[in-house]
Amino acid sequence: MLRLFKKILATGVVTERVKAPKDDELEQLGIEIKRHIDRKFSGSIAIREVDAGSCNGCELEIHALNNPFYDIERFGIHFVASPRHADVLLVTGPVSRHMQTALLRTYEATPDPKWVIAAGDCAACGGEFGISYASCGAVSNVIPVDMVIPGCPPTPLALMKGLLGLMHR
Amino acid sequence: MSHSNSSWKTDFLKQANEAGISVEQLAIGPLSLWQIVSSDWQRFAELAVQHNLRWVAGWAEQEQEQEWFLINACFEKQGRHVLLRTRVHNPKPELPSQATVYPAASRSERHTQDMFGLNFVNHPDNRPWTRHKAWPKNSYPLRKDFPAQGEPEAVTPPDRDYPFVKAYGAGVYEIPVGPVHAGIIEPGHFRFQAVGETILNLEERLGYVHKGVEKIAEGRTPEQLARLAGRISGDTTVGHCWAACMAMEQAAGIDIPSRAALIRGILAERERVANHLGDMGAICNDVGFAFAQMQFTRLRELWLRTNAQLFGHRLLMDRIVPGGVAFDLSEQAGIAIKREIAHLRVEFSEILPALDLNSSLEDRLYTAGFLSEDLAAALGTLGYVGRASGQDFDVRRDAPYAPYDRLAVKVPVETQSDIASRFWVRHKEINVALKLIGQFIDLLAPGELRSAWQTPTEGREGLGIIEGWRGEIITYVRFDAGNTIARFYPRDPSWLNWPALEKLVLDNIVPDFPVCNKSVNGSYSGHDL
Repeated sequence: MLRLFKKILATGVVTERVKAPKDDELEQLGIEIKRHIDRKFSGSIAIREVDAGSCNGCELEIHALNNPFYDIERFGIHFVASPRHADVLLVTGPVSRHMQTALLRTYEATPDPKWVIAAGDCAACGGEFGISYASCGAVSNVIPVDMVIPGCPPTPLALMKGLLGLMHR
Repeated sequence: MSHSNSSWKTDFLKQANEAGISVEQLAIGPLSLWQIVSSDWQRFAELAVQHNLRWVAGWAEQEQEQEWFLINACFEKQGRHVLLRTRVHNPKPELPSQATVYPAASRSERHTQDMFGLNFVNHPDNRPWTRHKAWPKNSYPLRKDFPAQGEPEAVTPPDRDYPFVKAYGAGVYEIPVGPVHAGIIEPGHFRFQAVGETILNLEERLGYVHKGVEKIAEGRTPEQLARLAGRISGDTTVGHCWAACMAMEQAAGIDIPSRAALIRGILAERERVANHLGDMGAICNDVGFAFAQMQFTRLRELWLRTNAQLFGHRLLMDRIVPGGVAFDLSEQAGIAIKREIAHLRVEFSEILPALDLNSSLEDRLYTAGFLSEDLAAALGTLGYVGRASGQDFDVRRDAPYAPYDRLAVKVPVETQSDIASRFWVRHKEINVALKLIGQFIDLLAPGELRSAWQTPTEGREGLGIIEGWRGEIITYVRFDAGNTIARFYPRDPSWLNWPALEKLVLDNIVPDFPVCNKSVNGSYSGHDL
């Protein structure tokens, strides 16, 4: 136990400050979305992550948001287990046709008002996989998308800037 | 297990001959290709299992003229891989199943049935596997006349009538999980039957992230294929990209420069370390031990930042290209990596004793998720899953390729066969990887980064075999005319590790499923293709 406490003390706090997004378009979008969030959510959002067909690269970077460097919960953003608890769906992957119904149902199970973020190049435009007999391509081909965070995969910082754009605090 | 140079092939072929199986001996580059008639397909497998050959991978291919199908099965013993091939005629393509003797071949044959419409006669489990409802029952995406775009419905219906195994009895209940899971994780479906807390049966239903990788690979250039291969499973981007490039290089008859091989080795070992760090944290987190999760994710993040800084990508995507690598590593970068390794070793010396002495971890990880050595062998389990259950196999040591052929690779093996065993094997694998990275850096000499590409003649094929972080990856490539891909099949180790999960959770309690699952960490994307 002592070793454990010693390591905790020696590690200290590694959490970093993150600057607000500079991108004008993103900022504008963020301001608009923030107005909605403030009106309806008292400053905190719950995210349900949905892998709709990704290669799992995006999941690794979304996971990283919870590591102590980014510690995204401090911004009032937390990941939840059920779409019924969620304000935001963070969707990755080109939507595989085998996941199409599951994604639609997850979308329907998420209470209104809700937002959908398409994270990663595949979710944004189909990426390396595009549209085929097995893939619907972009998330917006299946459910309405409010925001896109590009990248293959988007870095935690890119994800954070996207989410901060949504919260804009 | 013996790792001598003596080859079992001569003996085996003699026995096959005595059993009346006629084997035509051919070769793909350095690899033995044995061709037999399809009626001997199952008898060959029976002989192979008697001689302790490991079933490695299986896939099919339709010939350009569409009259014939080629069916391949790869076997291995003592680090020697052999490709077995047969041909069946189109109007009624069928051959006896090998899954009757090799359970490892079961899902692979089901995949081939779904994708090609080949009928494996007497298959023990003839249900669909990869196919849900994205394409009609009697049309097959990997046939040449099936358009890559398909003719999909506006909304693909759910696969609701899949005949799961049922359990009846007082107090037996069923728990369906997924495809959308409760965490930040890939989608798949698990169907549990339980009594009280105890798992009686688990059935996996995968295929949800099938995105047509094999089909959309057709017609790609080598560069385009490398990019696609790097996205078969994002956590194995180096592994799959390397295996695909190795297969293409073999088909084209290209040797890569030694500097490129060393850099590829460094990338692969960095990928191994990053993933093991993440998983070791996640295993602890799944039993509620947040301290370890935070420490390991912190170390992983630092490691990925070095990747970004020195290699230009956190997960190392697209660093490997056909013929070599896409970037160079400076001398200063080598020094920085070595400093980082020394730092990581110090961190480990502080964190791991704290875990080793922790009674709550001991309580949850020891004896849980037990996978016996016999079962691990029968299922052909690979990588850390196999090695934690006594399976002493590692391509880097047993079938070495550049740069691993230049030094000795130590392969840690444990026999406790539980979650703790899989945890500590990972730790030992990190130590081996750190050592290898240092050795590769020391071996770096000035030189080319990429060999010139030579267009392979039509029909040339290649097999890439490398040790990814999850275990052995087998990638098959055949070229068309004009430098494009005719057939691409990447076999992720998850194909062989997923079935092990169904077995190792039995008699465990349902709440221990997440940690059992994490200790295996199969790739959904790498499996569904």
